[in-house]
Amino acid sequence: MTKLVPVLSEHWDEKDSFTIEAYTRHGGYKASQKALAMDPDAVIQLVKDSGLRGRGGAGFPTGMKWGFIPQGDNKEHYLVVNADESEPGTCKDTPLMMANPHVLIEGCIIAAHAIRAKHAFIYIRGEVTHVVRRVNQAIEDAYKAGHLGKGIEIVLHVGAGAYICGEETALLDSLEGFRGQPRLRPPFPAIAGLYAMPTVVNNVESIASVPAIILNGAEWYQSMGTEKSKGTTLYSLSGHVKNPGQFEAPLGITLRELLELAGGIREGHRLKFWTPGGSSTPIFTDEHLDIPLDYEGVAAAGSMLGTKALQIFDETTSIIRAVLRWTEFYKHESCGKCTPCREGTWWLVQILRDLDAGIGTEEDLNKLLDICDNIAGRSFCALADGAVAPIISSLKYFRQEYLDQLANKGPLFDPMDSTLFVSAKAGA
Amino acid sequence: MAYSSEDLATMDSIIKRYPRSRSAIMPLLHFVQSRIGFVNGEGIELIAQLLTLEAAEVSAVATFYTQYKRTPVGEYHVGVCTNTLCAVMGGDAIFEGLKEHLGVENDGVTSDGKVSLEHIECNAACDYAPVVMANWEFYDNQTVESAKDLVDSMRSGNPKPPTRGPDTLVTWKEVSAVLAGINDGKANEGLQAGAPTLLGLKISKEGK
Repeated sequence: MTKLVPVLSEHWDEKDSFTIEAYTRHGGYKASQKALAMDPDAVIQLVKDSGLRGRGGAGFPTGMKWGFIPQGDNKEHYLVVNADESEPGTCKDTPLMMANPHVLIEGCIIAAHAIRAKHAFIYIRGEVTHVVRRVNQAIEDAYKAGHLGKGIEIVLHVGAGAYICGEETALLDSLEGFRGQPRLRPPFPAIAGLYAMPTVVNNVESIASVPAIILNGAEWYQSMGTEKSKGTTLYSLSGHVKNPGQFEAPLGITLRELLELAGGIREGHRLKFWTPGGSSTPIFTDEHLDIPLDYEGVAAAGSMLGTKALQIFDETTSIIRAVLRWTEFYKHESCGKCTPCREGTWWLVQILRDLDAGIGTEEDLNKLLDICDNIAGRSFCALADGAVAPIISSLKYFRQEYLDQLANKGPLFDPMDSTLFVSAKAGA
Repeated sequence: MAYSSEDLATMDSIIKRYPRSRSAIMPLLHFVQSRIGFVNGEGIELIAQLLTLEAAEVSAVATFYTQYKRTPVGEYHVGVCTNTLCAVMGGDAIFEGLKEHLGVENDGVTSDGKVSLEHIECNAACDYAPVVMANWEFYDNQTVESAKDLVDSMRSGNPKPPTRGPDTLVTWKEVSAVLAGINDGKANEGLQAGAPTLLGLKISKEGK
């Protein structure tokens, strides 16, 4: 029997799944009707009881986050949905919003009611035009149907190409009309967020999970997953697997199980390394196939569940090339506010470019680690911590490959071998 | 003046979406791109005037975000994902192939003004790697050859449709209007989901 349990993805295979008609046909907007009749505190309690944790990377309990919003303070409260999906490897919110934008709208209505907000903003990255169309249309249709406009307004805000805006305080600065640069915390957004007002920032998948919890109850949600990681979630498999895609399963499934569903590693190859939750989460190897992919299981093995973006690389892939490319990404996306990140990522790229060409000495590996040590934890936000994760973890598992490449005075791998075109040719 | 009274009314309605007007900078910059094709000095001055800001404040925002272009791009702006996963799966080869085929470097525009080329970061479609974006619409599972065919179709004035997107590829300026939050009526076009998106669901329904 399959371990897959489609909840979020249940109706994605219907051609018109993104329309309000299809959503309503499957009971859409009944959850918000139910929630709006409840006391806001009861909604927060229900979500707390469900055990739902943030699906954007950090895994913070969603209900608890809502509970941090001060009540009776006579201030405007805001709900902000982080739909700026940009973490390398992460590709779950984009298909979710394309296939079923209304579940996000309904989740917003419920969350806004719970935190006593009249305004919600959905901040979508600007590089996914069709997702912008679908969400915009869904908002319009929800207004027409009377689900919005009676106490809760939703505004769609489109980004313009900046990974850093996925960091919640940078997102808030961006939404206020500034360069997207993170803020020093405290104060946290719950106290001083958008326009310095109490604000909840939630990931798309977290908010989209709420309507089913309201309808089916906390116990139902609690019945899925593991001890501290409840419910179902979207696991995204990409890379050198036979059949990449989205797999919705209770938290705690393993990569071995997911690989079986994805048809295994591509024909004739074997697993070399993988990310459990995007490029900012330390890599794993074939030693880690049986780790339960929940918040605790992945953390205990030295990484993070992150966004459950499982990027799979086989033995044709150069670890140095992979790490260099990720490091170039972090250098490019560093907002420049904090010196260790701005300058440090630049130097990491210089050293890694040399290593990728087989230039350098073993001392350079130590220098990499030393620079990493001077970046991580020394900047305002987690981009810096993410930037060093691939480097430190690759040196932990593949130090010998770095040394072999230096001894070889040049790349050990032909990049063409890792492309899909090669296997297509071989199979033809 | 490049802006009609209708444009100015649209810009005013964009500002009114927000509790505080400054929040409208980003959609207004997208709107300027929808009219001019890129963000020019006049557009920055206009936004500053509409929001009662200094031009330098608007310029500071415009230069932070990579989707705001300070020089003209092609009618079709092509982005090849060369972040690690797509690069490894073939994105690097596609990008090199397109540079050679079009005779442009990164951020270059073909002499006919039809196509511009840029290498981009992860675009949230890794299960469809290697991914090419054109005017920020998805072209999934590309090869060097299919990407060359795609840009050829753009240069001949009959661009291939996106794999997950509207029925036809619209121009850079038209897409910029969508990003400014203006509904172009095409939300219902195209697939609800591609095969990789549905794979887990399909397996679970088959009860494997």
